[in-house]
Amino acid sequence: MATETIAEHTEMEHQGQDSWSGGKEPFEASYGKLMMWYFLLSDAFTFAGFLIAYGALRFSMPTWPVPDFVFSTAPFGIHHAPLIFVTVMSFLLIISSVTMVRAVQEGHRENKNGVVFWMILTVIGGAGFLGCQAWEWNNLITVEHMSVTTNPFGTHIESGVYLEGDGHGIKEGDTFDAGDSYLIHYHDGAYDQLSYRTESGEVKQQEFGPKAFGALFFFITGFHGFHVFSGVAFLLIIALNAASGLYVKRKNGYEMVEKIGLYWHFVDLVWVFVFLVFYLL
Amino acid sequence: MGHGNYEEAIKKVYIGLGVLAVLTLVEVFVSLFGKGHIMGGVEDMKVVLWGTGLLIIVLSAYKAYYIIYKFMHMEQEVSGLQLSVLLPMGLLIWGMIAFFQEGGSWNARRQQIKEKDKIQVDESVKLEGYYHVPDDTKRYF
Repeated sequence: MATETIAEHTEMEHQGQDSWSGGKEPFEASYGKLMMWYFLLSDAFTFAGFLIAYGALRFSMPTWPVPDFVFSTAPFGIHHAPLIFVTVMSFLLIISSVTMVRAVQEGHRENKNGVVFWMILTVIGGAGFLGCQAWEWNNLITVEHMSVTTNPFGTHIESGVYLEGDGHGIKEGDTFDAGDSYLIHYHDGAYDQLSYRTESGEVKQQEFGPKAFGALFFFITGFHGFHVFSGVAFLLIIALNAASGLYVKRKNGYEMVEKIGLYWHFVDLVWVFVFLVFYLL
Repeated sequence: MGHGNYEEAIKKVYIGLGVLAVLTLVEVFVSLFGKGHIMGGVEDMKVVLWGTGLLIIVLSAYKAYYIIYKFMHMEQEVSGLQLSVLLPMGLLIWGMIAFFQEGGSWNARRQQIKEKDKIQVDESVKLEGYYHVPDDTKRYF
């Protein structure tokens, strides 16, 4: 930093010797901030465990549901808009991350109203994300009938022609190519697996997609959503504390806001990878 | 912290917003291009599949770097703190790659078993001279 004086600089050089004499914060970070970093590290390991399970299972399957087919609906009756809704969700998290950075900055200036204002905006962003996720889950569960144990999103492994229609997108006589995706629709309490004839002349029925897909999707996005929910709850509590003037008395530049800020950016960081593996690849 | 410094810091935050927003849009565009939504036909080419996949992974890694270093202010922490958080994560990335390889191997082995299941026993070959084969043995092959 340009404002750093020579005296401060020499002090930093001697820190190696003074570190063990006590009264110094390890890594020049307060206890709370350091432990927040290590909590986030351990949390990253938990998410990595989930993503390892996802990746290993996905690579072990001959086919996998194509994300731009599975995630192509949005509210207000929008269909065939691949990845658009989830991009909106990503933007909500990115924007709420930016408002969080602003809240931390205002905290460093001991500006109480600024902290509360930017934290409220962050809460709104997080709540908006949760609302979008609730819509997405509801669509998958009640409209498309995906569950933890059943995955109606399949992929054709050879070309052919349908022998019956499903009353939605597929009509009798429609042709399809190897690699095309389909959704097995749910009518009157049962999945309606359509029959088709392959190019080699065999008559077959639509098969369900890899079973693990539903469980992985609901557990990983659910675990992330739970983090967002906890984050929103803690943001609200800390915003209320800030508004009540609690942190003014502490005179430590709103360090609590900084700590919840670290957590909130981590939630955004995890979403970068959930977005990558579930939606983009 | 001086007044000019504060204005500069605010400007940096909005630059960060721009960086993350543009990278996300580019990622979605590249992903849709790779799946053949922008230009039909390219999705069947292996090089497009691998190229777009790699590009998206690199862009996501840059987004992760940006969030950790700029938003979480990791660049302002001492190197000991940086290393103690980032080194374990770096090692874990190797673990993830190894497990993905393992998943690919499960797939290959399953295909191999399926192919071997299709192999038929040549029944014209007489085996009596060597050892006794019960009649129902061949259904195990």
